[in-house]
Amino acid sequence: MEKLTKLTSKTTVLPIDDVDTDQIIPARFLTTTTREGIGKALFADWRFDAQGNTIKDFPLNAPGIAECKFLVAGRNFGCGSSREHAPWSLVDFGIRAVISSEIADIFRNNSLKNGLVPVIVDNDTHQWLLANPGAEVTVDVEARELRLPTGKTVTFPIDNFARHCILEGIDQTGFLMQNVDNIGRFENNRSWQP
Amino acid sequence: MGGKTLFDKVWDDHVVVPENEQTPAVFYIDLHIVHEVTTPQAFDMLREKKLPVRRPDLMLATMDHSTPTVPVNDLSALDDPAISAPEPAKQIRQMIVNCEEFGIELHGFGDHHRGIVHVIGPEIGATQPGKTIVCGDSHSSTHGAFGALGFGIGTTEVGHVLATQCLLQRKAKSMAVNITGKLQPGVSAKDIILALIGKIGVDGGTGHVIEYRGETIRGLNMDERMTICNMSIEAGARAGMIAPDETTFAYMKGRDKAPQGEDWNIAVERWKELKTDADASFDKEVSLDISDLEPQVTFGTNPAMVASISKAIPKIDDLSFNKAINYMQVKADQPMLGTKVDIVFVGSCTNSRMTDLHSVAKILDGKKVASNVRMMIVPGSEALKSQAETDGLDKIFTAAGAEWREAGCSMCLGMNSDKLGKGQLCVSTSNRNFEGRQGPGGRTVLASPETAAASAIAGVIADPRDYI
Ligand code: SF4
Repeated sequence: MEKLTKLTSKTTVLPIDDVDTDQIIPARFLTTTTREGIGKALFADWRFDAQGNTIKDFPLNAPGIAECKFLVAGRNFGCGSSREHAPWSLVDFGIRAVISSEIADIFRNNSLKNGLVPVIVDNDTHQWLLANPGAEVTVDVEARELRLPTGKTVTFPIDNFARHCILEGIDQTGFLMQNVDNIGRFENNRSWQP
Repeated sequence: MGGKTLFDKVWDDHVVVPENEQTPAVFYIDLHIVHEVTTPQAFDMLREKKLPVRRPDLMLATMDHSTPTVPVNDLSALDDPAISAPEPAKQIRQMIVNCEEFGIELHGFGDHHRGIVHVIGPEIGATQPGKTIVCGDSHSSTHGAFGALGFGIGTTEVGHVLATQCLLQRKAKSMAVNITGKLQPGVSAKDIILALIGKIGVDGGTGHVIEYRGETIRGLNMDERMTICNMSIEAGARAGMIAPDETTFAYMKGRDKAPQGEDWNIAVERWKELKTDADASFDKEVSLDISDLEPQVTFGTNPAMVASISKAIPKIDDLSFNKAINYMQVKADQPMLGTKVDIVFVGSCTNSRMTDLHSVAKILDGKKVASNVRMMIVPGSEALKSQAETDGLDKIFTAAGAEWREAGCSMCLGMNSDKLGKGQLCVSTSNRNFEGRQGPGGRTVLASPETAAASAIAGVIADPRDYI
């Protein structure tokens, strides 16, 4: 996982509520056994028509999208299927933070394991961001802050442990492996066995 | 105050290392169900780190998501492009290799218990009250119908469980959903959960574990309870649970992996404690009276966009709402009843069990599927398939003109060749009506098995109460 301490970038805006992970990456792309090049499938059915032509007015097809590392999304982004292919495809596409007033549980969890920062903000800030695509904002994981070009700074919630892992680029499997003795003891001392 | 909820009890029983401000809890998993689609990268992680699977005995492996629903008697059948595309075939073969290499028993082709992950767990008795159950599939909440804590995880976490049998977890909040009233004929468990999602929204349960309670729930059989818990995730909840009772125990007794002999009696005594204490409290409570509930159908592109079958679609002027009804080619102020149907799909981990198949058979018996409709009936597992055949249901289905297929997820997510074409409208007993979920450009209307069967006969969305 790539570290992220602080990043300033432009936003791209997708003002739709309840965007589910089937839109982020349709199921037919889940047949992959790796994660290479999975960014190509990101929002495949919204970026391309049935013939594979680019849909020009879709925000992620805008010229200059490569400079936008942050996705501002409608409420309840990432609901639905638990596919981790959703954050994989966003990260592979170049997105490093998703900003919304609400982000679905499993998607948020999966994002944090892949260095994609879920930034949850209040409604006013969310409305401002939705209304100002291309705004240059700073996501500061260290300070847990989002800074707007208006000078406004808002803090966002991020679990201490997840934050530590993103700041240091830590793989959580390693942390769990340090607990093998605890796990063994737990298994031996249970009052019943599964 | 001070009592524990069902969720509290199951949670406390699995904490290896408690959470604190700095770190989440190390949380033990009793049953991990693995399938071909969300695990290959996790097995690769094990190889990279040279780690074994810690507890192969606590894994339950099958293939369901991308498998064809025509018979595969021999793996070479997968090379036939009419049966499978090359990528899913590769994924299926990789699953076989992964299970062999890591010593995991696989319920693959030809196995009586191959089927949808959330169908086979309960079916073989591996799903038990008080267990923690995860799978790389969000409908793991289904297992909560037994008083287990079941939730969906991503592929990184699949790797965590393979390697350590544990996850890093923060405890969720709790939410009580109290359901009262008696269901009217033609209305079923699917209608209850759709109505609930309509009421609380697709994010109504975010951050919470739901416990379904009340007299209505007590009166439901296990298949129906599974239908309800299954769709907890569609309300945004992490999991949905129902306290086990005599109905639960009767369902489980004698199943392959259920405790046997004296162990059974000991287990039942332990399971009886798995209920919310009278003095416990929830972070959130919701009530729903279903006495006058009508069959429910969705009209939009998420499961909360749902209406009673005879009622008009509401009119809401909002970007997301308009996008959804334009996609669905439906009109606000008009009911879904009478809308032309192309496909009817009966299946998925929501509604592919015996109760569902019997409900469909009852309506189809002696009738014909309308000529403009293709009806597919896909049982949740191979065992269900043979049970249905023993009960003679396959004869009723095929006589009506419906297709009776092999077990799998099939058109629930359109990963194999069971897909909707662009613009086709499908009345589906599955759980997600997202854009393109059943195939690019396809339009999904979620409904109960009863409504699906009635609509298949009518050729348009129809009220099952007219067919019983
Ligand atoms: S039937 Fe659908 S929802 Fe259920 S496990 Fe399969 S893909 Fe997931």
